[in-house]
Amino acid sequence: MITAGIILAEAAVMAGLNAVQTQSYGPESRGGATRAEVVIADGEIDYPKVTNADVVLVLTSEAYRRYGNKLKQGGLLVADSDLVGEVQAGPYRIVRVPITRIAREELGREIVANIVALGVLAALSQVVPMEALERAVMGRVPKGSEELNRRALRCGEAAGRQAQVKEAHEA
Amino acid sequence: MSQPRLMQGNEACVEGALEAGLQFFAGYPITPSTEIAEMLAERLPRAGGVFIQMEDEIASMAAVIGASLAGMRAMTATSGPGFSLKQENLGYAALTETPCVVVNVQRVGPSTGMPTSPAQGDVMQSRWGTHGDHPVVVLSPSSVMETYVLTAKAFAVADELRVPVILLTDEITGHMRERVVLPDPGTLPRPHRPLEGAAPPDIPPMVHFGEGRRVLVTGLYRDSTGFWSESPEEADRLVRRLAGKVESRQEQLTMVDRWHLDDAQVVVVAYGCVARSAQRAMRLARERGHRVGMLRLACLWPFPGHEIEALAERADRIVVPEMNLGQMVGEVERAVRGRCKVIGYSRVDTELIRPEELLPVLEGV
Repeated sequence: MITAGIILAEAAVMAGLNAVQTQSYGPESRGGATRAEVVIADGEIDYPKVTNADVVLVLTSEAYRRYGNKLKQGGLLVADSDLVGEVQAGPYRIVRVPITRIAREELGREIVANIVALGVLAALSQVVPMEALERAVMGRVPKGSEELNRRALRCGEAAGRQAQVKEAHEA
Repeated sequence: MSQPRLMQGNEACVEGALEAGLQFFAGYPITPSTEIAEMLAERLPRAGGVFIQMEDEIASMAAVIGASLAGMRAMTATSGPGFSLKQENLGYAALTETPCVVVNVQRVGPSTGMPTSPAQGDVMQSRWGTHGDHPVVVLSPSSVMETYVLTAKAFAVADELRVPVILLTDEITGHMRERVVLPDPGTLPRPHRPLEGAAPPDIPPMVHFGEGRRVLVTGLYRDSTGFWSESPEEADRLVRRLAGKVESRQEQLTMVDRWHLDDAQVVVVAYGCVARSAQRAMRLARERGHRVGMLRLACLWPFPGHEIEALAERADRIVVPEMNLGQMVGEVERAVRGRCKVIGYSRVDTELIRPEELLPVLEGV
């Protein structure tokens, strides 16, 4: 998740915006709860942490329980439809996408769930242009994994658009 | 100017050190400073320098001092537990007037504490961590860009004054990534050490090992010839000169940002990551019609007491938010001497102070 946060911030900088990325994690080198925060703005960013989030992305129920309340009115909540239990309805947009399942079943590697999530997020929020996001992904992923990650981003983007269409139908 | 890029605070420290001409790094990796050692392990040998991972922090500090005495620009990086271990040799560097830079990316303490969580608990340790009266300069950045600038500045001050310089940063500033535009390489002035014939009267010229002269370096008190001495007069002269090197350069070492101090009734004094919270809080309070100003400290030691004194004459209240139980606030009170109200604000639950929680303190609710 932290890598995804870094990539999102980097894409914003590539798109000519200002960005700050911070994180919080425990002492474990793998696993454990992690939180990545990204602030994107046209101008100066003083306080570097997120207070009223435009977008909250959660992949687990615990993450939702901890950070769901950071979402502001009119914001966007993206939740993994398999791994996040019930979410509370409210004055915000809720989109559920099987992010981790897409990574596991369509791409064969659960580890790229973060890149799938970025694709979903960019498709739904337009916070950064997809072209800048792809460049940022390519610049940050390990050598040899570029193709897998490019596909992960595309799958995420497609899933995001699909969710948007479904949303429009239901409305 | 280079292209805008997203850079981590610890990475900016590495870039600043290399730009200042770093030649030697000895360290023992510790969260949240590890990226500095990791990146220098790769970059420094390629730039013609030396990187050594030592057996511990005590040895790292000793190696840095040795390299500096042999003429190399040297640095180490650590966090709380490692900073504690470096204290004895920091005193040795101060007494022997060995230029060196020690980066301390603060985490929650004491002891192992919470390795991945931020704090500002080492403010007093950075000033008084080693025993005895001694000179030290402590710089504290609030952004990634400033981490670059102050790291380079740390080398300049260390060389010029022959003192250890601490770059006191924190987990947030060290791990945060921000958009930066670095200056072109070669545009910063290269640091230089006082040499024979060109040294100021209070700083002895630096003679390095291996330059052909016999050099005596000792942790004992010494006279002006460099030989150990037990003379009370010489002892007095030495300790006062060492402290005076930094004290007499207070003006040159005053590094502050001043916002809205001309009309401020309430002034927030902040440093490091918390300065970012304070800046936001100041803006929010002003939007709500409160005359709030801010003084941000980038150089913590020597403490800019004269700046605080000037505030005390004008302001009703000074607020000092910190991620510790109140360290800098005591120093502020000392400078204010009762001329206005001083209010400390502490947060020690490992989370960065939020601007909203400072608002009632600033607005006096």
